[in-house]
Amino acid sequence: MPIERLLIANRGEIAVRIIRAAKAMGIHTIQAHSEADADMLAVRMADESICIGPAPAAQSYLNVDAVVAAAKASRADAVHPGYGFMAENAGFVRALDAAGITFVGPSADTIDRMGDKVAARQAAEAAGVPVVPGSKGRLDTVEDAVNVAATLGYPVMIKAAAGGGGKGIRIAQTEEELRKMAPQAQAEAKAAFGDGGLYLERAINAPRHIEVQIMGDGTDAVHYFERECSMQRRRQKVWEEAGAACLDEKTRAHLCDTAVALAKAVNYVGAGTLEYLYDSNTGEFFFIEMNTRIQVEHPVTEMLTGTDLVQEMIHVAGGGKLRQKQHDITRAGHAIEVRLNAEDPMMQFLPFPGQVSGLRIPEGEGIRFDHFLYDGYQVPPFYDSLLGKLIVHGKDREAAIALMITALEGLEIGGLKTTKALHLALACDASVQADDFHTQWLEPWLAAGNLKPTH
Amino acid sequence: MAQVLSPVPGTFYTQAAPGEPLFKKPGDPVAEGDIIGLIEVMKTFIDVKAETSGTFKGYLAEDGAAISAGEPLAEIGA
Repeated sequence: MPIERLLIANRGEIAVRIIRAAKAMGIHTIQAHSEADADMLAVRMADESICIGPAPAAQSYLNVDAVVAAAKASRADAVHPGYGFMAENAGFVRALDAAGITFVGPSADTIDRMGDKVAARQAAEAAGVPVVPGSKGRLDTVEDAVNVAATLGYPVMIKAAAGGGGKGIRIAQTEEELRKMAPQAQAEAKAAFGDGGLYLERAINAPRHIEVQIMGDGTDAVHYFERECSMQRRRQKVWEEAGAACLDEKTRAHLCDTAVALAKAVNYVGAGTLEYLYDSNTGEFFFIEMNTRIQVEHPVTEMLTGTDLVQEMIHVAGGGKLRQKQHDITRAGHAIEVRLNAEDPMMQFLPFPGQVSGLRIPEGEGIRFDHFLYDGYQVPPFYDSLLGKLIVHGKDREAAIALMITALEGLEIGGLKTTKALHLALACDASVQADDFHTQWLEPWLAAGNLKPTH
Repeated sequence: MAQVLSPVPGTFYTQAAPGEPLFKKPGDPVAEGDIIGLIEVMKTFIDVKAETSGTFKGYLAEDGAAISAGEPLAEIGA
């Protein structure tokens, strides 16, 4: 049944984004908010709002009972979780199911399955999605390890079969190194876990992070091509692109088609993203995980394809069928998004919220700014530091970077610190312009002092 | 008498975790660089360090209090 009253169980820029999509579909919007968020932009824009608890997220945006109670009290027939908070919380979805309220996203069982790394890897393999090559089971001798490594290809990552959390991981570049490291790893695994069994996996040196946007209606599924998200600091994405300029058409088609196969295999409903590591030296890509939500960086895909992904996910959550066939979805030009965070890039990215003043937002063809700011708004210190996302779309990557520089120069957010200077420096960097970077590029670049106060 | 001021807005904590001892108690000696509190701002924890040495007089902000940048957090005597 089409959704008529939608509770938005999130905050910040994504709450604003969801309200815009829902209003465009004629849906009545109800914004949930903590006591600290009573004057945020999404509350002002929504048809109505409801307080779900005190400032700490654990007592409000992460409180299943409070959000379900708010949905019932406001007679919502559906809840949009945004990203983060309870977007991938199967228990929350089950609580909504029990209350007869629709969750805008996949089923609790799908969230459980894709949230389990081993189950997700098995589902991916079954659907023909390449995964990082690894040993089938535990390896007990150095000779076993050497034989398996020969089939996987070097470099290999040596892990404890019983371990987890990255403890004791070693990378061997050659057989000689493996012969030296494997006994050490065995001894360490035995000491730490009481089990000297090893597990080997191909190590991808300096990989790129590439992800595919998919959408399903429970029967059919489509992809909206890929995004390139290698520019990361402390595993947080900083700058995202659509598409990935490093891919040739054949690789792109294989990547996207297998993603759709996986989505169909699990009868996926809603928006989802399959994340991959890409080895630009060999052209190989490997599935790492699936995110069962709308992502922060979805606007680059919207700019590339012209589809409103948030509207589409609300449409399928209401029982609708996908409104586009795969051949209707095309890509044009190139899009880039940068994340403006309330952080001081000159001071180790120290978070620095404050009261917004002198807000100036760039406008023009191919420029979009998704945010939740207004002059006089006090950005609360209780939540993450994302203020907004500046997105540009140009005829090609070079034009998009040039437009990003123009757009950044036209953006002013006074009263607090932002990461604008970082993005200007990146847009002007020769390696970035040459598309020559990977997931381990940004931190050494910062450590080498490439970001200077003059920017 | 010197005041320790908050470098950023956020939530102030006088102990490393609930149940842990206070970073400083009145009468404790303070050396420059000693941690006297924690501020949580945008999901990041920042150490608040003494910029002078002396004797700890007491906290001026409560554990768990919402504080703004430049707000006095504690007092250190000569």
